[in-house]
Amino acid sequence: MSDLVRDILTGALVLVSAVMCLAAGVGLIRFPDVLSRLHAATKPQIFGLMAVTLDVAVNNLTLATVTLVVAIVLFQALTAPMAAHLVGRAAYTSEHLRSDILIIDELSGRGRH
Amino acid sequence: MGIVIAIAGVLFAASALLAVYRIVRGPSVLDRVVAGDVLVSTVICALGAEMAINRHTDNLPVLLVLALFAVLGSFSVARFLPKRDRA
Repeated sequence: MSDLVRDILTGALVLVSAVMCLAAGVGLIRFPDVLSRLHAATKPQIFGLMAVTLDVAVNNLTLATVTLVVAIVLFQALTAPMAAHLVGRAAYTSEHLRSDILIIDELSGRGRH
Repeated sequence: MGIVIAIAGVLFAASALLAVYRIVRGPSVLDRVVAGDVLVSTVICALGAEMAINRHTDNLPVLLVLALFAVLGSFSVARFLPKRDRA
């Protein structure tokens, strides 16, 4: 690939990941309670990571780099939902959410453990 | 290329400041955990952006370790949060 194309691609992907991170920051401020802030925290995190790691892969296509990049993205894609699930459960059991803005509370009948 | 660096730098700084603001102000522990996660992922993205722009992959393993720390942080706090921690 010519140098110009790589420059444009790198710039675009860096900007995508920067805007994603900004969206995460703004989402943290704007959302009312912990559960919705969880949305803001986890979505851009994985997309930002993908943009950046794709970027690094685009620049030096050696096998070692690509495997490490795939490892990072896979690792993050597997563990980020788990962490978000745990934080969400902890938020639910210790009443951090505002039930006035909840539409359906599926766990309400099942007793708080 | 210089413009991209400037814009990305400002965006990363803004998102990090917002995350720190949420950490300072966050009413409950869980807000701080979530904001900490966002802060660490901003650092990860900033590191990756720097690597992409300067065309080197020296601190790629740093990305991996940072990703691990962010996740382990939220694991531990979420696991050992007291049941009745008021918001």
